[in-house]
Amino acid sequence: MQDIIAGVRNLTHEFQLNKKLKIRAIDGLSLDIRRGEILGVVGESGSGKSTLARCMMNIYRPTEGEVFFKNIKCSDRAEYKKHAFELQTKRQIIFQDSASSLNPRMRVIDIIAEPFRINHIVPIRGSIENEARFQLKYTGLDEELLYKYPGELSGGQRQRVAIARALAMEPELLVADEPISAVDVSIQAQLVNLFKHLRNEHGFSIMFIAHDLAMVEFLCDRVAIMYRGRLVELAETKELFANPLHPYTKLLLSCIPIPDPRAERERKHPDFDETEFDTSGCLTEISEGHLLLCGGEKSNNKKGSLAIG
Amino acid sequence: MGNILEIKNLSVKIPAHGGTVSAVRDVSLELKKGETLAIVGESGCGKSMLCKSIMKLLPERAVIESGQIIVNGTDITGLSDREMTKLRGQLFSYVFQDPLSALDPTMTIGRQIAESILIHQRNLGKEEILARINELLTLVGIKNPEERSRLHSYELSGGMRQRCVLAIVLASNPRILLADEPTTALDVTIQAQILDLLKDIQKKRNMSTVLVSHDMGVVARVADRVAIMYAGKIVETGTAEDIFYSPAHPYTQGLLKSLPINSRGKDVLETIPGMPPSLMRLPKGDAFACRNPKALPIDFIEEPPMFKISDSHFAASWTLDKRYKNSNLE
Ligand SMILES: Nc1ncnc2c1ncn2[C@@H]1O[C@H](COP(=O)(O)OP(=O)(O)OP(=O)(O)O)[C@@H](O)[C@H]1O
Ligand SMILES: Nc1ncnc2c1ncn2[C@@H]1O[C@H](COP(=O)(O)OP(=O)(O)OP(=O)(O)O)[C@@H](O)[C@H]1O
Ligand SMILES: [Mg+2]
Ligand SMILES: [Mg+2]
Repeated sequence: MQDIIAGVRNLTHEFQLNKKLKIRAIDGLSLDIRRGEILGVVGESGSGKSTLARCMMNIYRPTEGEVFFKNIKCSDRAEYKKHAFELQTKRQIIFQDSASSLNPRMRVIDIIAEPFRINHIVPIRGSIENEARFQLKYTGLDEELLYKYPGELSGGQRQRVAIARALAMEPELLVADEPISAVDVSIQAQLVNLFKHLRNEHGFSIMFIAHDLAMVEFLCDRVAIMYRGRLVELAETKELFANPLHPYTKLLLSCIPIPDPRAERERKHPDFDETEFDTSGCLTEISEGHLLLCGGEKSNNKKGSLAIG
Repeated sequence: MGNILEIKNLSVKIPAHGGTVSAVRDVSLELKKGETLAIVGESGCGKSMLCKSIMKLLPERAVIESGQIIVNGTDITGLSDREMTKLRGQLFSYVFQDPLSALDPTMTIGRQIAESILIHQRNLGKEEILARINELLTLVGIKNPEERSRLHSYELSGGMRQRCVLAIVLASNPRILLADEPTTALDVTIQAQILDLLKDIQKKRNMSTVLVSHDMGVVARVADRVAIMYAGKIVETGTAEDIFYSPAHPYTQGLLKSLPINSRGKDVLETIPGMPPSLMRLPKGDAFACRNPKALPIDFIEEPPMFKISDSHFAASWTLDKRYKNSNLE
């Protein structure tokens, strides 16, 4: 049995839009993150990835189901309160729109310092300024940005400030929602190497939400595919890319753009009018560690229907 | 094919804490009618500032130090805000890098699209506008458009926001589309759909596009020409083939090497050593020199001019100097 650091069980999250209309952003989803792994989460735009990330971090209260971190059942209010300090420092999130969610009235140094202040923590590197300098460098930013406001930074610079802020807390679990999509490929490569380093040397566990499948293939240990609020497939990265089973996974993999103009221009995209997939059924272990959402009739196979990786 | 947009020797500076940022340095570019030009470059090198200076949406403190922006043969560099507002609606549309800040959180998505429609078709009735909104949202692949158009930006997923911004832009009928990272928040299937859609619209309306993107796959798919930017300057331009198959500038070469496709089976990705220079304290000579293991002595003294490689391909690197090729350049 693998050591599991965090996860969700039968999680459902609904947004009530008006009296009549509800959006079920997450629909009975179970997922584990193993200690020391980088778990990629990929999926349709609007499939609930960011909602899942927010539920994992207790930013949203799930409509149903459970969220846990180590042995803390953090979807329970009393338990959350009891362990609030640990939960707020040992788990960090990089928001999808972190570039625009930084407080515009705070300088970069204050943004990085904020979690230290709120949690009354003395930085490892002595002063907040040293800590902030270190983290900026770690994420490939120039020190001179310390005293700038977010409005004075480029999109990619802001993105890295958000990463620096999350890393400064030295979390055990990092939930990273599209952390690298706003930076150029050479800095993407640096950040991906950094995430790998954090996992290898510091034992970070990372949930890495991304659309860039080439990066996911390179970085992640396992990949979960989401579609319409459900998990449709989950497998080790190599296995998933070599042997995708769900039609949505197949479609995704067939659309990865290739950095080669002649090949890319000639490529025909599949017919998108037919991109509706059945989401009924249960996650079933097809081969060791490879889970697939299987259609209604197989779903009575209770034994294989656990969504635990 | 004529040029719809020409930028000549444009320089933009922004006074800031501790110095002046040289965000755009002596940039010259042209955009032909119906063409897609991709601008690729290091994060923070001035791509968004370049777009914003074309649109006259620069931050207040920023100044255009020199240069000209010519649209359809008319110099628009000195236009007033009022004249520019008019032009923006008719000629240009701008897709902001960051969809959340481009959308107004106090207004529903539908209202924002309606405003954009009304700029062009003032006498549409309510029913017609609603129909047009639904049509546009469907066009960018948003399901249940009637319900979704009543939502606010913060109630949408990242990719839906990005598509709403596109719907707003498509509601007007721009001649020039400036799209700053228009598809970063989209999954690859919707991205593919949107790119095909843009291409289609571009053909139908003979629209010209400037696309800023980090995604080399996207650039490969849609760009006719590519401009590579580094530290405020254009360091290489060429057709997509020129740039992808025979990159000439060491930065472009490093960029392409960083792609994960080139590190299959390896433990770490290739990266460009060092950090980009601060735009407040630019080094003497070639701004890329300190990261270029093959830099020449002259790289630390003098900035290289653009050298012509072919009729379509230019790059600013001393290694392309004839003198260097023949013997060496000291
Ligand atoms: N605050 C909210 N209020 C109402 N609906 C919401 C809210 N946040 C998200 N939704 C809806 O929930 C669904 C899932 O959104 P979510 O942001 O989790 O998707 P996502 O997978 O992160 O997509 P993307 O890849 O585009 O970021 C969407 O249909 C969205 O419209
Ligand atoms: N309002 C401002 N005041 C001072 N400096 C600024 C301001 N806005 C941007 N800058 C600086 O100008 C430079 C160029 O910024 P720009 O937003 O054009 O970069 P970019 O190429 O679009 O980067 P990215 O790919 O990360 O979006 C950056 O180094 C940034 O720090
Ligand atoms: Mg999201
Ligand atoms: Mg930008």
